[in-house]
Amino acid sequence: LSSSTALEGKGQLKFTSGRWSPHHNCTQIATANDTTVRGWDTRSMRQIYCIENAHGQLVRDLDFNPNKQYYLASCGDDCKVKFWDTRNVTEPVKTLEEHSHWVWNVRYNHSHDQLILTGSSDSRVILSNMVSISSEPFGHMVDDDELSDQEDQHQEEKIKEPLQDSVIATYEEHEDSVYAVEWSSADPWLFASLSYDGRLVINRVPRALKYHILL
Amino acid sequence: GSGAGGSSEAAAGGTGGGGWRRPHGPLQRYYGPSAAEAAEAAPDPTDINEPHFDPEAFMNKVRSECPLGQLLAREAALGREIRALDSDMQTLLYENYNKFISATDTIRKMKVDFRYMEAEMDDLAANMAAISASSARVSAALQDRHRRGAQLAGVQALLRKLQALVEVPGRLRRWAGTEPVRALRCYARARAVLRHYRHLPSFRAIEDESHAIMAELAQRLRTRLREETLDPKELTECVEMLLQLEEPPEELSEEFLSQAGARLEAELAALEAELPTSDASGAATTPPPTSDILDFVDRGSSAFVGTLCQLASSYRTLFGADTGRLEPFAATLATRYFELLERRLALERGLGDTSLLVRALDRFHRRLQALLELLPAGAAAAATLVARAARERVDRYLRALQTFFLGCLGDVRQALAAPRPPGKEGPGLPDLLATLATSVLGQLKAVLAYVQLFTARDVAFASLPYFKGEFCVTAVREGLVVAFVRWLCRTARGFADGPAERGAPAAPPALLLLLARLCLDYESSTISYILTLTDEQFPPQDSGPPVTPGPALGAEARAAAQRLLDHYVQVQGAAVAQMLRKSVETRDWLGTVEPRNVRAVMKRVVEDITAIDVQVGQLFEEGVRRAQSSDSSRRAFSVYSSSRAPSRYAPSYTPSAPMDTHLLSNIQKLFSERIDIFSPVEFNKVSVLTGIIKISLKTLLECVRLRTLGRFGLQQVQVDGHYLQLYLWRFASDERVVQGLLDEVAASAAHRCLDPVPMEHSVVELICERG
Repeated sequence: LSSSTALEGKGQLKFTSGRWSPHHNCTQIATANDTTVRGWDTRSMRQIYCIENAHGQLVRDLDFNPNKQYYLASCGDDCKVKFWDTRNVTEPVKTLEEHSHWVWNVRYNHSHDQLILTGSSDSRVILSNMVSISSEPFGHMVDDDELSDQEDQHQEEKIKEPLQDSVIATYEEHEDSVYAVEWSSADPWLFASLSYDGRLVINRVPRALKYHILL
Repeated sequence: GSGAGGSSEAAAGGTGGGGWRRPHGPLQRYYGPSAAEAAEAAPDPTDINEPHFDPEAFMNKVRSECPLGQLLAREAALGREIRALDSDMQTLLYENYNKFISATDTIRKMKVDFRYMEAEMDDLAANMAAISASSARVSAALQDRHRRGAQLAGVQALLRKLQALVEVPGRLRRWAGTEPVRALRCYARARAVLRHYRHLPSFRAIEDESHAIMAELAQRLRTRLREETLDPKELTECVEMLLQLEEPPEELSEEFLSQAGARLEAELAALEAELPTSDASGAATTPPPTSDILDFVDRGSSAFVGTLCQLASSYRTLFGADTGRLEPFAATLATRYFELLERRLALERGLGDTSLLVRALDRFHRRLQALLELLPAGAAAAATLVARAARERVDRYLRALQTFFLGCLGDVRQALAAPRPPGKEGPGLPDLLATLATSVLGQLKAVLAYVQLFTARDVAFASLPYFKGEFCVTAVREGLVVAFVRWLCRTARGFADGPAERGAPAAPPALLLLLARLCLDYESSTISYILTLTDEQFPPQDSGPPVTPGPALGAEARAAAQRLLDHYVQVQGAAVAQMLRKSVETRDWLGTVEPRNVRAVMKRVVEDITAIDVQVGQLFEEGVRRAQSSDSSRRAFSVYSSSRAPSRYAPSYTPSAPMDTHLLSNIQKLFSERIDIFSPVEFNKVSVLTGIIKISLKTLLECVRLRTLGRFGLQQVQVDGHYLQLYLWRFASDERVVQGLLDEVAASAAHRCLDPVPMEHSVVELICERG
C-alpha cells in the first residue's frame, strides 16, 4: 500500500468502480461512487475533477478513451451511456440511450476508439460507432506527399465530412443479463460477452465496417 | 177572339216587356257578362222577355200545356202588366216634359247672345289697328332724342369710372390697414384698366400711388405671414391675398409650406410632450401619460391630421395641382407622426383594454384616409403601423396565456402538495384536471374573443388585405393558437426531460400523470376543437401561407403525453425499486434467522403499488388484461416446487437435481418472451402498473444476484416472493410477466445460496396468509 485517501461525506459511501487513465503516465485514476464520477491524482491523492449526477442513479462502470486524452465514458442504472470531456464536466459530450435496462459495462476498443461496446441487464450487447467523438472523425487521413498521382484523384473525390454516429449491431444471443463485455487484446476486431446464465459469446465486428475503418 | 186579343197584347207586352219585367235587362245586355250566357241560352221563342219572341209559338205552347184556370190567371196577369207599363210610360213622359221645354229655351237664348258678341269682336280689331299705327308714329318722332340721351348716359358712366379710379388710392389707403380684402378687390378691379392706360401720365400717377400702397400692404402681409400665431385659415387668406397681389408663387409656396411646417411641428411637439422621454440611462424622466391611447389618437387625428389636410387642400387651391413640393413636405411630417404614434403604442404595456386599442387604431386609420390621397405611400406605412400594433397585441396575449398556464400549474402543484387535515380527502385528480383544462380553454376562448375585435366588421382597417388574410392565419392561428399549443406541449415535456437529470426538485408524480392526461385529451379532442373555433372566427384564405394541420399538432401532443407517462413510470418505478434495493443491500442474508413473517418492506411495496394503482385509475381507463387461469393466484415457483404444481412451460420434466433444474430454467427461457423493462407504456392503467412492477422486480432480481445468501436467507426470499406474487398479479396486464420475474428472483437466489433448502410450500402459504 503506497498511499490512500478517504472520501468524506454523509452516509455510507462506497466506491462502485475505478479505472486507471491510460494517459498522463499512470498518475490519474477515476472512481465512481453512487452517482458521481471523480478523478484523482495519485501523486497528491487529491480530487482533480468531479462529475456530479453523472447518471440519475448508480454509475456502474467507467472507461477511458485510449487515443484521446481527456475523454471518459460512463454507464449507469438510468440505462444511458454518457461520454464526458474531463475539462468541461458540466455537460456530457454525447449520450446513448439504446438499452432498456441498467448498463453494466462500457468498453472502448483498444486501437480504434470509435467502436464502443456496452452490455446491459436487458440481455443485449450493443456495438456502437461513435465517430464524431473519436480521434479520427473524418476517417483515415493520409498525407498528401505519400500518394501517387492516381490516388491523389481518389482522395479528392472522398467526401470530407464526419461520418454519422450509429449503432452497428445489437447482439441478442444471451437470454439473461449480460454482466461483462471485453475486447480481445490479441485481435482488435474480436470481443466477448458473459451473461448470468453462464453463457460466453464471442463475436466479431462486421467485416464491412472493419474494412471501412481500415481503408 | 182570344187568340187575336192575346196576340196584340202579347205584341205590346213584347215591346214593353223588356222594361218592366226585368228593369235591368237592357243594362245587363249592355254590360255584357251575361251576353255570353244569353248567347249560350238557346233563343226561346216562347219566352215573353226574349227578343226572339214568337206569339204563335207562345200561344201554341200555352194552349197545349196549361189548364183553363191557369190560362185565365195568365191572361189576368198579362193585362195587369200591360196597364202598369202604360202608366209608367206616361209618368216618365210627364216628368221629363219640363226638362225638354227648358232645354229648348236655353238653346234659343244662346243663339241670340252669340250674335251680339260677334259684333263686339269686330270693334276690338279695328281699335287695335288704330293704336299700333299711332305708336309707330310716336317712336319715330322720339328717335333722335333717344340717341342723344343714351350718349349722355354713356359719358356719365365713363366719368363715374374715372372718378372711381381717381379715388382708388384714397380708398386703398383707407382700407389697407383695416380691411385688406376690400382693398384687394378694389385694386384688382382697377389694375387692369390702369395697366392698359399706363401711357397717360395721370393714370400713371394713380397707378404708381396705388402700387405703392399695395406694396406696403404686401409687406405687411408678409411680416404677418412670418408670425407664429397664425391659424391655417388666416394663413390661407394671407397667402391668397399675396397671390392676388401677384407675388411670385414659388416663393409664396415655400413660405406657405414653411409656416405650415412650423405649425404642424408645434402640434407634433405637443403630442410628443405626452410621451415620456427617456434620458441616456433609459429611465423615464417624465411621468407616464395620463390620457389613454384613444385620447392620444383623437388629439393627433383632429389636430395634426386635420390641420395637415386643411393646409394641403388650401395649398392645392392656391397653387394649383402642382404637388412637387407638397408631397415630400407632407411625407416627412407624416413619418414623424407615425413615429410618435408607434412610440405611444409601445407604451401600451399591459393588456388593458383591447377594444380601446382597436377603436384608437380604427380612428387613426379612418382619419388618415383623407390624408392618403396626398400620400399614396403613406397608406402602406399606416397599414404596417396598424398591423404591427395588432401583432404586438397578439404576442402579448400569447405571453399572458403562457403565464396564466404556468400559474394554473402552480396552483395544481400547491393543491397536490398541501397538507391535508386528517379525515378529509384531498382534491381528486380528475377534479384538478378538469379545472385546469377548463380554465385554460376558457382563457384561450376569451383571448380569441378579444383578438376578434381586430377583425370586427365595423372596424375600418379590417378590410385591409393584411387583416383579412395574413393576420388571421399567421398572427392569430399560427402565432397565437398553434404557438400556444406547441408551447404547452413543450413545457409539459420539460417536466419529463429536464429537472430529474440535474437533481433539481422534480415534479410530483401526480403532476406528471395529470399533464400526461391533459396532453392526451388535447390530442384527442381539444386541439381539433380549438382549431375549428379559430377557423370559424378567423377564416383562412385558400391562397395564403401554409397552416399547420391539426393532426400534426395532435401528434406533438401525443408525443409529449407519451414522454410524460414514460417518465412517470420511471419515477414511480425508481421509488419502489429504491426501497427494494435498500432492503436487499442492508440485510444480513447470511446470518438471518428462519423467516416467521413477510418482511415489512414487501408490505410497504404492495401498499405503494396499490396507492399508485388508485392514483392512475383516477385518470386513465383500465386497459386490457390477459385472462387469468383458475389456479393463477395459487401458483408456486415452478423451478423449485415443480413436484407439487405442474410447471406451465416444460411439459413432462420431473427434475431431481439442481443441474437439471438449471437446464430446465434455460429451456423455459427459450420459450418465454423476452421482457423489455423500460419500454414505452400505453395509455391505460394496467400498462402503467405493469411497467412499474417490471422495474421494481427487475431491480430486486439484480440486487439479489449481488448478495450471498444463507439457507434462511433463501427461505425469506421465497416467502417474500410468494407474498408479492399473491398481491401483485392483479395489477399487471399479463400475470405471467410477474410470475416469470419472481421465478427468476427465486432461481437467482437459489444460485447464490450456500445451502439451498427451500421451505415447504404449505408453510410459505401459511406465513403469507398470516402476514
